[in-house]
Amino acid sequence: MTDTTTRKITPQIVAEHGLKPDEYERLLEILGREPLICELGIFSVMWSEHCSYKSSRVWLKTLPTSGPKVIQGPGENAGVVDLGDGDAVVFKMESHNHPSYIEPFQGAATGVGGIMRDVFTMGARPVANMNALRFGAPDHPKTRHLVGGVVAGIAHYGNCTGVPTIGGETNFDEGYNNNILVNAMCVGLAKTDKIFYSAAKGVGLPVVYVGSKTGRDGIHGATMASAEFDEKSDEKRPTVQVGDPFTEKLLIEACLELMATDSIIAIQDMGAAGLTSSTSEMADKGGVGIELDLDLVPQRETGMTAYEMMLSESQERMLMILKPERQEQAKAIFTKWGLDFAVIGQTTDTQRMVIKHKGKIEADLPVPVLANSAPMYKRPYIEPKKPSKILPEWVPAPNSILGTLKDLMGGPALASRRWIWEQYDHMVMGDTVGRPGGDAGVVRVHGTKKGIAVACDVTPRYVTADPEEGTKQAVVETWRNLTAVGADPLAITDNMNFANPERPEIMGQFVASVRGMAEACTALDYPVVSGNVSLYNETNGVGIPPTPAIGGVGLVPDWTKIADIRLKSEGNMLIVIGREEGHLGQSLYQRHATGKFDGAPPPVDLQDEIKAGRLIRTLIREGRVLAVHDCADGGLLVAVAEMALAGGSSGLGVELYPYEGKLPAHAIWFGEDQGRYVVEVTPQKAEEVLERARLLELPARIVGRVSGDAIGLKGEKPLPLSELRAAHEGFLPNLMQSELGA
Amino acid sequence: MLRASVIVFPGSNCDRDVQTAIERVTGFAPKMVWHGDASVPSSDVIVLPGGFSYGDYLRCGAMAAHSPIMKDVVAKANAGTPVIGICNGFQILCESGLLPGALLRNASLHFICRDVFLKVENDQTFFTKCYREGEVIKIPIAHGEGNYFADSETLDRLEGEGRVAFRYANEAGETTPESCPNGAQRNIAGIVNETGRVLGMMPHPERLYEKALGGTDGRRVFESMLLSTLEAAA
Repeated sequence: MTDTTTRKITPQIVAEHGLKPDEYERLLEILGREPLICELGIFSVMWSEHCSYKSSRVWLKTLPTSGPKVIQGPGENAGVVDLGDGDAVVFKMESHNHPSYIEPFQGAATGVGGIMRDVFTMGARPVANMNALRFGAPDHPKTRHLVGGVVAGIAHYGNCTGVPTIGGETNFDEGYNNNILVNAMCVGLAKTDKIFYSAAKGVGLPVVYVGSKTGRDGIHGATMASAEFDEKSDEKRPTVQVGDPFTEKLLIEACLELMATDSIIAIQDMGAAGLTSSTSEMADKGGVGIELDLDLVPQRETGMTAYEMMLSESQERMLMILKPERQEQAKAIFTKWGLDFAVIGQTTDTQRMVIKHKGKIEADLPVPVLANSAPMYKRPYIEPKKPSKILPEWVPAPNSILGTLKDLMGGPALASRRWIWEQYDHMVMGDTVGRPGGDAGVVRVHGTKKGIAVACDVTPRYVTADPEEGTKQAVVETWRNLTAVGADPLAITDNMNFANPERPEIMGQFVASVRGMAEACTALDYPVVSGNVSLYNETNGVGIPPTPAIGGVGLVPDWTKIADIRLKSEGNMLIVIGREEGHLGQSLYQRHATGKFDGAPPPVDLQDEIKAGRLIRTLIREGRVLAVHDCADGGLLVAVAEMALAGGSSGLGVELYPYEGKLPAHAIWFGEDQGRYVVEVTPQKAEEVLERARLLELPARIVGRVSGDAIGLKGEKPLPLSELRAAHEGFLPNLMQSELGA
Repeated sequence: MLRASVIVFPGSNCDRDVQTAIERVTGFAPKMVWHGDASVPSSDVIVLPGGFSYGDYLRCGAMAAHSPIMKDVVAKANAGTPVIGICNGFQILCESGLLPGALLRNASLHFICRDVFLKVENDQTFFTKCYREGEVIKIPIAHGEGNYFADSETLDRLEGEGRVAFRYANEAGETTPESCPNGAQRNIAGIVNETGRVLGMMPHPERLYEKALGGTDGRRVFESMLLSTLEAAA
């Protein structure tokens, strides 16, 4: 696309910019004239779904976003929550779905880089990364290539920057064959009196560009991420950015060093839509204008036009407004770290964004209009139908409970993700006290007694069946996972991955999902403090399963009192706490037995969740439970088996007690009822723990005894842990080995 | 008293971790020294930390080996100051010629982060004297290029002179091919120079210095530093 200030804007050019004819009409009306080509580019990215949230904003406003501990909710680079003692946790999750499908390594790597910048921009040192990944069916021809590339990309970026990746979740489903999901989350720590914002307050102040040079990479990335795919998607590879984690590491250190001085008025990373969105957002929030001279922008390539520079999504760049008297000190810091530092403009009192290049004005736009005039759609939607409940006895019993357990544990849905997380440095920074493979990752707040727990969850088949109930479930599963390590859940970040919102049934999924999230977050006092929406995850009219990934963050008051899932000693008792109804609709067992998922997902009882959560946290802190695991995918027996396997080669087995209630046994062992935890207690403490649950009117019963090195169940041949482990650990390495043709 | 200096390169990311471990284990906070400085302050021990110095561009450790500070590190090492290089630090020691051999890409071609077992092969060096020869310890690795390579003559010499400090092993202490996580020749995880005062190791002892982190087997590297220093002073 060549571009000069005089280039004629044709309907085709408008369409290439992803603007609908009516949106262009709106632009003409706002400007009162035809835009210059650079201006058209600027508006096209600002009005893209990715930047403007034009389809989702109206619904996102209904989410609970505040609370006594919330310092900053959605609207800044990341959410901020108070941890007490002057500490704050800063976090956000963001998708990089479209680029990761086109170019998995760089797409995923830059996804990690982008979310880390969102966090350290706020003044926080990133201390933990996580991710939620979705790939197509394991046997789909592209899956191995995508898994290998995405995992290596995340590892490449996170490992080099020295931020531990302490967990995440990955799953496979044919619904993602043509649209994978890569959602990266970053958690940082800051001081409550040293949080940095993006409002450029003050006139005549220097606008400073730091970090990497600008190149032509990623131009129109935001627009690409706001459209569905077709056969030609591979041709979009040039719109994927290239990451340089080494520069990011230097940028983190330089920014944090500068932030320790009193120099910065405002700071914003250049993410989607690069210089365009950072400039307009900073100016708008500060109520000022900004004038940029693009000749001063550090450039990696020659002959770049204003259009290209304003739309470039080159990585590892930040924009800052500095106190003029501190400019030299700031420059010295960036020079020490070997990074570019350039004054590229200044703030003005005109409230206009004026872009000059080679002596010409390439754009002159009113800032408040640019930042706030994006269309907002209340798109038509169809309320999803509630599916009917499946009764346990409708799903046939298996020949062997333990044989089924082995099948499930060795299958794609539940197999060990070790092959993935061992590629991530999860121990760097020396504060990881809860490693991957458990319910939540835990890192210490360096030098204190406190810890931060992080968990990512969503079960898309539940959301597909019932978007409202399924999204509630995603929220409470993170809440339970945080609880299971002994953390007080604080707040969430959400990453709403959906298909084309212009289809009313997709919009209906979105609306119901937001409603379920709002309900759960309100009941649990667990507000949404940041988030991201990724729409148009669709190829040739086929959309992904609705996937509202939730990232939950909790506070561990004392990291010496956290729980993990590993069984501790022979002879101890296992107790399940929570209501057991043998819900098999949408369960992994149902698919195993019948070949498909069907009916309503397990319902969530938020009041029971609150009671059980409180009890579990108290038991952990009192030291009454030795291991804790939430019951999730696959049900009770899978939870017990995971606890047994967590001990590795010296892991302890479990002798299960036969179930003697009214429900079918397979529904008890594999039902996916919500709100449950399995805890390990000494025999002396068992009665007391059961009683504590009863006092809260929470069902609780002993399910087995820690014993030997197999899973045993009366009437069945014991399942040796070594055999179960081989199936559980073997799946991913076997799948990925064929990637190398070995 | 232990005067340790930790060299900070652009891209180092285990500098704070080793700083914390040294302080917690020995009680003495090390000095952090910027790579651009011309000289290392007078020290009992110099530490080259893990990370991705210069983004691992060109070759791991290759650019850091030419950092301004390295002239003085090499001079001090040759004059007898003990130096330990952990992970990327080991790579830098090889690149700067203080230790023989090179660290190649892991045989699996993947980055690997996990606890591994090591067999202690030499408990007589400055950095290993608090271990016992033959004992099996657990220390994590986290690297993409830890596959130790040297020609067989060099390997024979290292073994003949007792300069292999640690080998990858299984829990029983057997140095089998399966227990070698990265393809390293002869399961080599760490080596020392001729004087035993320069140690390079891929595993990260600073990551397991207290129980909450998953183990304490890394402590004795730092305890050995302190003990060796105190003994030399006595």
